[in-house]
Amino acid sequence: MSEQRRLGVYICHCGGNISDYVDVEMVKDAFKDDPEVVVAETTMFACADGTQHEMIRDIKEKHLDGLVVASCSPKLHQITFRGVAKRADLNPYQYTQVNVREQASWAHTDDHVGATEKAIGLVRAAVAKTKLSPELGGWVGGLGAMFPHGTSGREQIDLLVAEIATRPSITVLTDAELVSKSGSFGNYVTEVRIHGQEEVVTTDVGTIVVATGFDSYEPEAGEFGYGMEGVLTLPEFMAIVDSSDGPLTYQGKPVRTIAYVYCVGNRQPAGGNEYCSKFCCSATVHASIKVAARDAAVHQYHLHRDIRTYGKYELMYTESRERGSVYLRFPDDTPPSVARTADGHVAVTVVDALTGNEELTIPADLVVLVTGMVPRENSDLTSLLKLPVGGDGFYNEIHPKLRPVETVVAGVMIAGACQGPKTLSESVASGLAAVTQSAGILMKGFAELDPLVATVDTAACTGCTTCVETCPYDAISMITCEGAAVAAISAAVCKGCGGCVPICAQDAIDLLGYTDAQMRASIESLTKEPVS
Amino acid sequence: MVSTATVTGFSPRILVFSTNNISDPGIDLAGSRHLHYSATVSTMSVPCSSGLKPGWILHAFESGLDGVFIASDGEECALLPDCAERTSRIVSQAHELMRAKGLEPQRLKMAAVCSVCAEPFVNYMREFSQMLTTMGPVTHAP
Repeated sequence: MSEQRRLGVYICHCGGNISDYVDVEMVKDAFKDDPEVVVAETTMFACADGTQHEMIRDIKEKHLDGLVVASCSPKLHQITFRGVAKRADLNPYQYTQVNVREQASWAHTDDHVGATEKAIGLVRAAVAKTKLSPELGGWVGGLGAMFPHGTSGREQIDLLVAEIATRPSITVLTDAELVSKSGSFGNYVTEVRIHGQEEVVTTDVGTIVVATGFDSYEPEAGEFGYGMEGVLTLPEFMAIVDSSDGPLTYQGKPVRTIAYVYCVGNRQPAGGNEYCSKFCCSATVHASIKVAARDAAVHQYHLHRDIRTYGKYELMYTESRERGSVYLRFPDDTPPSVARTADGHVAVTVVDALTGNEELTIPADLVVLVTGMVPRENSDLTSLLKLPVGGDGFYNEIHPKLRPVETVVAGVMIAGACQGPKTLSESVASGLAAVTQSAGILMKGFAELDPLVATVDTAACTGCTTCVETCPYDAISMITCEGAAVAAISAAVCKGCGGCVPICAQDAIDLLGYTDAQMRASIESLTKEPVS
Repeated sequence: MVSTATVTGFSPRILVFSTNNISDPGIDLAGSRHLHYSATVSTMSVPCSSGLKPGWILHAFESGLDGVFIASDGEECALLPDCAERTSRIVSQAHELMRAKGLEPQRLKMAAVCSVCAEPFVNYMREFSQMLTTMGPVTHAP
């Protein structure tokens, strides 16, 4: 993780849409002394086919391991440049898009210096983020102080990484992608591609644990005012809270009033994300306590449908109310609305169910949309491992209570938020269950097979040898029995597929557990009691 | 509760042969997700569809079933790489036996159903049930 990165940074003119207001050469020069930025270039149109080819060429020829494009909104071209990375055999998630058009040049056409400085800051932030991409830790690694001990996410991850380092039986591959799986339960052969390189690492594994996590819900433009200045998602808000000290500010201005709108992107009507993400109430309440601890005078309004701070998180809910947070419950069918006010604030209008459906309008400096979890896009892995996906898009275990981390694919376990929304401690619990289950399989040292193998009725066998030729496992051989050549099946070698059963013209082969008599009796019994 | 069969008069009885490792988990998933199909569809699981005897299929029709559906593994079978070809041969042989008994070959269908093919399975069952309802019950010699 300490190894030197090789990043490519491309700053787009957008034919003047950016470069008329942002000094793109200055942005480029900001990286000339960064040894980890191997390529820094400006380009007339980053999205043009020719430029995309140049990027691919640079990635391959200069062995880049990360890509940053400063251009328009990721909503427009994130997929385009993830595609560029993918075509250059670079992990598409080693790509970061920086929005220096909608959020710099166009927003500040009246302030070229300000727009340029802001753009440099945004691109620096993206470069810093990309450099850290292959670290272990996921979402947790980016969290500040956590409940209940105040340890930061990074500290917690660092402790675990240090412990992993002391155990020689654990090998960590970051920026690695599973590209193939063959073999069978207890004896899988996997191929892993690291840093997008051509050659793959082949490993024999007994079990596989999938813990690929979640993505945060991205509101649609205009959904609860998303896209307006001052309207943030929960992860965006948490990042601001965790990256600063003292009284909270937003874009240089002190934050006096915050309105939280709960259940954004979750508990939607049929056809949407109908589930509850479980962690978001607690995470929001916790963030509001952090804000209040830094500045007790901040007004905080929590607009919710229910508060689900279950278990010990209830203590945080109490503390937040004691610190002055106000909780307003709105009816399920009447969500709040967010609008800009004449004085440049944002205002939330909500129907307060607990005061006789009175309509209240709250002017705020910040509106935080409490966004829940959504399944991560991971279709390659899903199809590679044949992982079962539920109606909500998360991976399905065999049974949530009885076999909570096993999948229908023998030896392949799932853990954490890839199974469905979970709090951090619930993810840890499912992770422990998955490794315990894996250890149970591995420490046994062998995989038990069913004794349900094929057998030959030697009296009926005519020794035609058709079955011998049909078995791909060479489980059938000819022996001499009472002077006649007959087929014999090795119980140790037979896989129990039954493929030889219908091949035998004499009906001399039976698969134990599925014999001719058993199958016929079962079929007859299905219809024995007619539906009346 | 009154079953669908009682309400509509005829609900075809379908026997599905599934495979332990691949199509049966897919059929389980349909149930786990509460995706509905006719209750007159019953499944019998075997290790591999290549092990089905054509005679068993005929026996199913003789026992009063109106349709047989083989939910095979396709290319995914861990036991036999040529599973799909072997199963196709079994289907052809069963079709011959069925013709000899005056049974319409459409009453036997085969399709690959994978371990996550919950929706495709339910759709197959709806389509097959509809087709068999149109065809009516098996009329076979005693």
